[in-house]
Amino acid sequence: MASGAPLLELEKVSKRFGPVQALDRVDFAVHAGEVIGLVGDNGAGKSTMVKTIAGIHSADEGTIRFNGEEVRIKGPQDATELGIATVYQDLALCDNLDVVANLFLGHEEVAPGLGRASRQLDEARMEHETSELLSNLAVTIPSLRSEVGTLSGGQRQQVAVARSLLGDPKVVLLDEPTAALGVSQTAQVLKLIRRLRERELGVVVISHNLADVFEVADRIFVLRLGRGGGEFDAQQTTEEHVIGAITGLGSGEKDNGGAERAERAEIEAEKREEEEK
Amino acid sequence: MSETVESAEAQGPEAGKGERDVRRETIRRIVQGDLASLRVVIGLALIWIIFQSQNDRFLSSENLTNLGLQITAVGLISVGIVYVLLLGEIDLSVGAVSGLAAAVMAVLNVKHGWNPYLSILAAVLVGTGIGLLQGFLFSRFGVPSFVVTLAGLLAWQGALLEVLGSTGSINITDPKITGLANTFYSDAVGWIFALIAIVGYGAVLALGYKRRRDAGLAAENPTSLIIRFVLVAVVVIAAILVFNSDRGLPLAVLILVAFVVGMEYVVKMTGFGRHVFAVGGNAEAARRAGISVNGVRIAVFAIAGTMAAIGGIMAASRLLAVNQNSGGNELLLLAIAGPVIAGTSLFGGRGSVWTALLGALVIGSISNGMDLLALSSAVKFMVTGGVLLLAVLVDAVARNQRQTSGRV
Repeated sequence: MASGAPLLELEKVSKRFGPVQALDRVDFAVHAGEVIGLVGDNGAGKSTMVKTIAGIHSADEGTIRFNGEEVRIKGPQDATELGIATVYQDLALCDNLDVVANLFLGHEEVAPGLGRASRQLDEARMEHETSELLSNLAVTIPSLRSEVGTLSGGQRQQVAVARSLLGDPKVVLLDEPTAALGVSQTAQVLKLIRRLRERELGVVVISHNLADVFEVADRIFVLRLGRGGGEFDAQQTTEEHVIGAITGLGSGEKDNGGAERAERAEIEAEKREEEEK
Repeated sequence: MSETVESAEAQGPEAGKGERDVRRETIRRIVQGDLASLRVVIGLALIWIIFQSQNDRFLSSENLTNLGLQITAVGLISVGIVYVLLLGEIDLSVGAVSGLAAAVMAVLNVKHGWNPYLSILAAVLVGTGIGLLQGFLFSRFGVPSFVVTLAGLLAWQGALLEVLGSTGSINITDPKITGLANTFYSDAVGWIFALIAIVGYGAVLALGYKRRRDAGLAAENPTSLIIRFVLVAVVVIAAILVFNSDRGLPLAVLILVAFVVGMEYVVKMTGFGRHVFAVGGNAEAARRAGISVNGVRIAVFAIAGTMAAIGGIMAASRLLAVNQNSGGNELLLLAIAGPVIAGTSLFGGRGSVWTALLGALVIGSISNGMDLLALSSAVKFMVTGGVLLLAVLVDAVARNQRQTSGRV
């Protein structure tokens, strides 16, 4: 398990959207070689937190440290340069392009010699690198030249994760990587996540599916109403405990203001949707 | 934990399947996608057989050479249209732009006495500029390309009338310009070009094969490479035989083929071409991958405008004149229908520049054949409309098939 200084650390990070406090003084840390499951109810601030780390939102307050140094993440470019890769739920793949083309999209390699003058793509090299990367990750895809649109949901997810690794990131954020996947496909994706951990990456997995989180995560971080709702060692806790932390029930806290909270969550969700547009 | 169970689940059905999947993928490609042009070639053969059986002059070398000259302008315009279609957009202004560019060239050359090459360059730049403008309006303000270029269609037609002025028609006499569509090479020169084409294609295939082998990748089966090489060689040799037994290889056909090959190279082998496909497939994904989506869009519309101008120049050169009808009539529709008939999707992200040539051949053959049979305009319009509809239907059906088999 991970030890030493964290790769990525959030300290008292807050984010407001108008009247809604989406993140409220959240402390969070990821170490190299560990998988953290980020869980919470709808509107608890999971997406806001990921987008803050990924540079889509910038934090209002608090500090973010990367490799122990304080950093400012103002845009997605900053996050990428630091070594933070994000795989969003919609994967952002071009279905009409093959696996190799998708992996290298926007970072195509140009052939040497005469090819450089004529700007010819170095397909052979890109395919070679793709096949090496995928076999390192033990991802099996029938043909690297098949269009991504022909692949299964699990394979597409794996392609998207593999693509995020091309920039040699230190931290990978995965937004609902197992949503809408079948049993065996989910197993493939979870296996891939373990392989990321073996590569000494810090991995943050956002998921609604507690079974999957328990399956793969070392630690489980609960967000509740924009605040840190507790951290659990996945080996030593139970689903009941985590659910208790997510809902705020059974943790001794009185559940007053449930209606207010629901309303707030709703407003926040709407707000976020608007922002995304 | 349950690692072993998972492995069995995850890999069990996949293991040993690789080779069969590759083969199935190849068959799928033949049926649905990249080799859909085979379908079109069969259609073209049918059209030729039908017309030949009605009039035995149809497949004569003279008529086939004429066919080559007739399709040059529309084929060149279609090259630009292919790029626009790959984005999933449409350019309705290419007909009007081709007429306007030809008029600019004619006026500069005939009325102002400009050097023919300068006049041609100015005409091409007019097309490029119009494309840049339309591309900018479309990408910057998000006005649908349909509307921007529809407005362009009207506006550039007006500009054409304005440029032509009161005469309404300008005859072109400069041999440098008329020579574009009326130059025929001797037999020997024809064979030299054939040799260059065949050796060049062979070298490209061999080089690609070697590169993949060197990179340790599964290279294409040599037999299928040889079959492709022989097919292309046979087509090139047959074409030269036909041209040489008439007036010789026309410069116009050479220009068309050169643009098709060059622009196919750009779209299939370069980063820019890859980005065109990416924007056409999923613009948001392209944007997130760091591609300048608007830059690609503007460049593509500039290409469409440029190719339209070049097509217009070739048309003017063949007709020896520019008039108020230049670039009008059904030219626009045929330029769009050609690539679609030959397999470039109207929905974006799928196609190739070859379809511009192939589609122009199909449409040109139908129109040429009907002329030869002296059919009335009534019949010709209805047949052409029917072919257009058929092309779009085939495209829509192919798309539905892809969707039902999980491909978008």
